Amino acid sequence: MKYDVPERYTLAFRLYPYAKSPDQDAATPARHKAIVVGGGPVGLAIALDLGKRGVPVVLLDDHEGAGLGSRALCFAKRTLEICDRLGAAAPMLAKGVQWNLGKVFHDDRLLYEFNLLPEGGHAFPAFINLQQPWFEKFLHDAIVAAQAQGAPIELRGKNRVDAVIPAEDHVTVEVMTPDGPYRLEADWLIACDGARSPLRTMMGLGFDGRVFEDNFLIADVKMKADFPTERWFWFEPHFKSGDSALLHKQPDDIWRIDFQLGWNIDRAKEMEPARIRARVDAMLGPDVEYELDWSSIYTFQCRRMEKFRHGRVLFAGDAAHQVSPFGARGANSGIQDVDNLAWKLALVLDGTAPESLLDSYDAERVYGADENILNSTRATDFITPKTGVSKMFRNAVLQLAETVPFARTVVNSGRLSMPCTYDGSALNGPDHPDMPARTRPGSPCPDAPLGDGWLLARLGRGFTLLAIGAEVPDRLIAHGLAVPRLLLEPTPEITSRYLGGAKGAVYLIRPDQHVAARWDRFDDTEVAAAMTRAIGKG
Amino acid sequence: MLITTPNLTKPDESYARLIATHDGLDEAESHALNARLILILMNHIGNDAVLAEAMDLARNPKKGAA
Repeated sequence: MKYDVPERYTLAFRLYPYAKSPDQDAATPARHKAIVVGGGPVGLAIALDLGKRGVPVVLLDDHEGAGLGSRALCFAKRTLEICDRLGAAAPMLAKGVQWNLGKVFHDDRLLYEFNLLPEGGHAFPAFINLQQPWFEKFLHDAIVAAQAQGAPIELRGKNRVDAVIPAEDHVTVEVMTPDGPYRLEADWLIACDGARSPLRTMMGLGFDGRVFEDNFLIADVKMKADFPTERWFWFEPHFKSGDSALLHKQPDDIWRIDFQLGWNIDRAKEMEPARIRARVDAMLGPDVEYELDWSSIYTFQCRRMEKFRHGRVLFAGDAAHQVSPFGARGANSGIQDVDNLAWKLALVLDGTAPESLLDSYDAERVYGADENILNSTRATDFITPKTGVSKMFRNAVLQLAETVPFARTVVNSGRLSMPCTYDGSALNGPDHPDMPARTRPGSPCPDAPLGDGWLLARLGRGFTLLAIGAEVPDRLIAHGLAVPRLLLEPTPEITSRYLGGAKGAVYLIRPDQHVAARWDRFDDTEVAAAMTRAIGKG
Repeated sequence: MLITTPNLTKPDESYARLIATHDGLDEAESHALNARLILILMNHIGNDAVLAEAMDLARNPKKGAA
């Protein structure tokens, strides 16, 4: 009998060709610590993060690499910081397009321009534009580099999971390959298999939320035209393509054009190249030469799973939550899932932390997903008003925005992805009222210059104790974990981002670079209690 | 906190001006003007809690008696 694992899409990069594993001939299913299902940005990143932490991980993907098409495009500062921790950010930054200026149009009128004006003193820009396959390729390059250094990561292409059998203390999966089916067992299974998550379906789990009846046509065009590197957004564009349109630059002289088409469309007809060209011509004008590079029509919903942890199965990325494209909150939030999950799973697997630490992954990332869904839903409602009165107010805002500055703050063409602060998390320890709100417990650490380098690059893989003008011991061990200290000078950036009005500051930083707790002086008992809390033993 | 006690310096003048601002507009134009006016006044007030009180009172005018 001949088996097959057919490709559902064309590959941009073949990264991990199928190779038969000894597991396929094993008499009893091989047992692995962690199995990741899905080879998109989230699956690759979690495999990389776990592997770099020494957790043996097997990634199963029904394809052999990165799919074609630009898809996720805008990668935010926090994503780049996380990728830097994983050793993948430098090539992303080198290849990606940086942009700061945005223009907002209504019909044919320029309403206003905005500048992201990134705050100084950060290693990474606010955003880069980079096609998803390149993002995945750079993560894969980092996996190969990590494997060479001994990271126990194994990628299995053309390994499609056809069944999942959860048990109390492990999960069994049935995997189809070109050599036929085999079984594997995992202590933990991480489902990163996308918005249509077959694993979610196999487990009979819901994916509820608000359906937005809309279709988006992406047209990637290659052109040498002298358009500036800016984000141009139209409400009700004069070229009559629908409620909104977006023009954005990608690497390699490629431009992303998003046309919002509405609900009742003839999908096949809209995908005809001649019809796409007519739309693009109307937008760019008749004299601009370009080639169609790639196009796709997609729909979206704003929804999430009720829980991201189901026993030994953990859902991450689009499999767990889905948002509208406005705000670049899809892949960016998926990478934040990875950041949150990897250190917790590593501590649970080595016995340092109780299994219940993984419930904080659920709590924190559900909170993050709700924030993203709220922002994304509000942008969608502004762009496509659902009632007559809502449209009237929307257009009043747009009209005022042309002349009155305040109205520009109300215009919502997507609130661009910012990392989530886990306010109220059970892992958070004490706060100090004299220190800046942006670094309160639960917040991701803002970067700052440090000597010739950067603060975030100096944070280790584990917990860190930051001290500014405060005495801390040079060696601290809690729950068997070494907590190295990092002494900071009160530079202007450190003072405004960490010290505030306090005389001194001691910060306990989690392995994902989020603040666990902070005090104005070191206290052995308090720090130990905060560590206990931060690893889920509190 | 939302001011519901008399606060207009010239109530009759301000009200007459509101009506006169709509002179010559058809109904759709008047609605659009009202929308702009509400947004401008919202920005002037600024405080989200005060706005929430105002919107609640507008939606449930009987609450004003309480």
